[in-house]
Amino acid sequence: MARIPRWADLILVPLISLLLAGVISALVILAIGQSPMEALTTMVTGAVGSPYAWGYTLYYATSFMFTGLAVTVAFHGSLFNIGGEGQAQLGGLGVALVCLAVPWPHWTLALPAAIIAGAVFGAAWAAIPAYLQARRGSHIVITTIMFNYIGAALIIYLLVNVLRPAGQMDPATARFPAGAALPTLHELPILSAIFDKKIPANVTLFVALIACWLVWLLLWRTRLGYEIRAFGKSEPAAIYAGISPFKVTMLAMLISGGLAGLMSINNVMGESGRLLQNSSEGAGFIGIAVALMGRNHPIGVVLAAILFGILYQGGAEIGLWTSIPIELRTVVQGLVILFTGALDHMVRMVLGLFFRPRRLEAA
Amino acid sequence: MKGEIASGRQVTAAPYAIELRGISKAFGSVQANKDISIQVAKGTIHGIIGENGAGKSTLMSILYGFYKADAGEILINGHPTAIPDSQAAIRAGIGMVFQHFKLVQNFSVLENVILGAEDGALLRPSLAKARKVLAELAEEYELDVHPDAVIEELSVGHQQRVEILKALYRHADILILDEPTGVLTPAEADHLFRILRNLKEQGKTVILITHKLREIMEITDTVSVMRRGEMTATVRTAETSPEQLAELMVGRKVLLHVPKGEAKPGRTVLEIKGLRVRDGDKIERLKGIDLTIRAGEILGIAGVAGNGQTELLEVLGGIARGTGTILLNGDSLDLTGKFSDGQSRRRRGISHVPEDRQRLGMIMDFTAWENIAFGYHNDPAYQKNALLMDNGAILEDARGKMERFDVRPPIPSLQAKSFSGGNQQKIILAREIERNPDLLLVGQPTRGVDIGAIEFIHKRIVELRDAGKAVLLVSVELDEIMSLSDRIAVMFDGHLMGTGPAASATQVGLGCLMAGLGGADTRAMAGWDISSDAHEERQATGMRA
Repeated sequence: MARIPRWADLILVPLISLLLAGVISALVILAIGQSPMEALTTMVTGAVGSPYAWGYTLYYATSFMFTGLAVTVAFHGSLFNIGGEGQAQLGGLGVALVCLAVPWPHWTLALPAAIIAGAVFGAAWAAIPAYLQARRGSHIVITTIMFNYIGAALIIYLLVNVLRPAGQMDPATARFPAGAALPTLHELPILSAIFDKKIPANVTLFVALIACWLVWLLLWRTRLGYEIRAFGKSEPAAIYAGISPFKVTMLAMLISGGLAGLMSINNVMGESGRLLQNSSEGAGFIGIAVALMGRNHPIGVVLAAILFGILYQGGAEIGLWTSIPIELRTVVQGLVILFTGALDHMVRMVLGLFFRPRRLEAA
Repeated sequence: MKGEIASGRQVTAAPYAIELRGISKAFGSVQANKDISIQVAKGTIHGIIGENGAGKSTLMSILYGFYKADAGEILINGHPTAIPDSQAAIRAGIGMVFQHFKLVQNFSVLENVILGAEDGALLRPSLAKARKVLAELAEEYELDVHPDAVIEELSVGHQQRVEILKALYRHADILILDEPTGVLTPAEADHLFRILRNLKEQGKTVILITHKLREIMEITDTVSVMRRGEMTATVRTAETSPEQLAELMVGRKVLLHVPKGEAKPGRTVLEIKGLRVRDGDKIERLKGIDLTIRAGEILGIAGVAGNGQTELLEVLGGIARGTGTILLNGDSLDLTGKFSDGQSRRRRGISHVPEDRQRLGMIMDFTAWENIAFGYHNDPAYQKNALLMDNGAILEDARGKMERFDVRPPIPSLQAKSFSGGNQQKIILAREIERNPDLLLVGQPTRGVDIGAIEFIHKRIVELRDAGKAVLLVSVELDEIMSLSDRIAVMFDGHLMGTGPAASATQVGLGCLMAGLGGADTRAMAGWDISSDAHEERQATGMRA
């Protein structure tokens, strides 16, 4: 395996992967008879061209940070949690129940309660697959993905039959009280000078950034993080060291599910103000790509989440302002995931050819 | 086609079977082979000896077509020969017996021998031919293996013979064996050497790669020593000594035997009664072991790998579960349940240097300092407060331990995988020995470790013994067991075949016990307690039960 310098691995590989994804996307746009340049301009302006555009990009990025962290924590324990969708939606249920249960006087009170509820519900949804893996050996990839469907069905059932206020047509909960509404960046002091219009990005962004810092602390500064990483690298060695596989699997998955559940603060509490069906809107899956591209490090996750925020928001703009169908957003995202996640070894190998021969020539 | 362009060259004497001229090979910035030249005369046994990472395997891989040399040429029987792949090597008459056999486990011996050398689409003629050839080879070289036996039912020694037969069936005139005795009992190794001598008498050329000086002295005609990618010397074996070879390998004088004083055994530290352990497939691996170890004593467990030694270490180290009784300092150890894990064992004063250090003993992707805390990460000295670990304290501790155990390079922030095998082992030993345990479990302490480091490791283990601690040593290297232990127990098929003082143990006697046999040689060992499980007579050895 060719070795390349660390800076190239961290910066060059993702950049080249992105570029490749961009080139193929451009070819696809050309193939359907549209202009790639127009798409690019629309995307860039729409996602990062104005504070208003950033307001949407950061809103999506906030969600992706949580799901990206969720995948990251589990991944360090060698657990591939692809149940972020279900855990986020269940987290949304917890957030909704808390917001509806009390006539909250102020968001500073509602937010901590919602954080706890979202995390607990998300963690609970991850606990079952975690237990099945730790005790029964059922593969976590299979069980978490199945729990996405079960979770979605459960939420729809609850929305239609239990939580829907009498007389309301759409399957959703009642609106949360005004005291449970989170301020957007536009409504916060200082930031209101930058963000002059109403935007969906809200205080949850700061919760997400704090979560990134806490995850970093957890993984590299605590005994539990040490055990998770050791277990993730080698289960036999972990057992030799007296680390309990059951404990690590359960805790890593509970934290992972809790982080996915926290995403609901952003969209359910911060944006829609009520629980809708499919509230996670695919963010759970995008979290996998975010974690992969962010090299399973919280800083990488922040950067990758912003990138995917740009793609998500920019893609929506393309659908809105050009004759390119919005489905192209999915194609572009798919290509980015393909190149940054699945094919980055290819890029690394090719780069390795460039970095290696120089030394040989000298020899 | 052998590149026969040597027309202008005058061959005066009989050409060498193999001649390497100026072979160099670099991997990145690492020069694995530097301007290596060897000449091996036809019909001789040539040893290549060197520490791990000295470049022996790279050189043989070039000879067998796995790697392409950056420079230099290979001459087979005097003709320059290009060996771009292993097919070319076989055509040039080179056969290779790898350390890890390349046999199809559920095929018969015959099927394995013809695999890849079939004469046509139909197997029957090839099989019939192979059966005839095998019978001839068996007679000629003492290479008797039942042609219809299935590989997985054969002992390791027999599997190795199949590998040799494969090479001979392909008309190999030059046979390369890479560390062939690592997995064999002494008796099997003797048989292998008889085979090699027969091959030599029939004019075959043998290249033996090993790190065991004793084997070099016993069987080779000439020997080449490699150190750090270079050939430091080629000498006639008759004109050299193990001490001289060791010095050539390491570059300085080496003590081959551990200088240790008389053991002063004290109170009983470990007492095992009726210990039974089953593995993951519910197969019983320890079938009732009784054993005691005293303070200030090294007990060595001899045996061929896979006879229960691993399970003994695992149950004592808290990795495997078992039944029976184990008393440590008079108090019983939990063999199942919550307090039978590695953390509980460490709290009770048991340290464990596992046999497979890369799989169990450390996390290869972790840094050296993270590995220094491995298993002891709950130590209060490593915590900053109730929540956070004190990475600075671990780093400091690692720096001291690495210095005291002479880990090279002494850089705690390097990943474990970038250290050599010997230095990885020193990191683990530093971690385990400096805990000052009442009982130290050591598995294969010097497997894959350079001669220079072996001396150091043995010294540290003896020091711990002299500090009044109990040491349980498991090793497949009989020399190591015999030179390091105070008492020896021999394990075979989950039973202890015999226990006795190391001073009166003999190679032959231990070898018999390792094969599950009793007999006169074992009775000749004074002070030994031979189990009634040791059979008096050699049983059918062709296949395992």
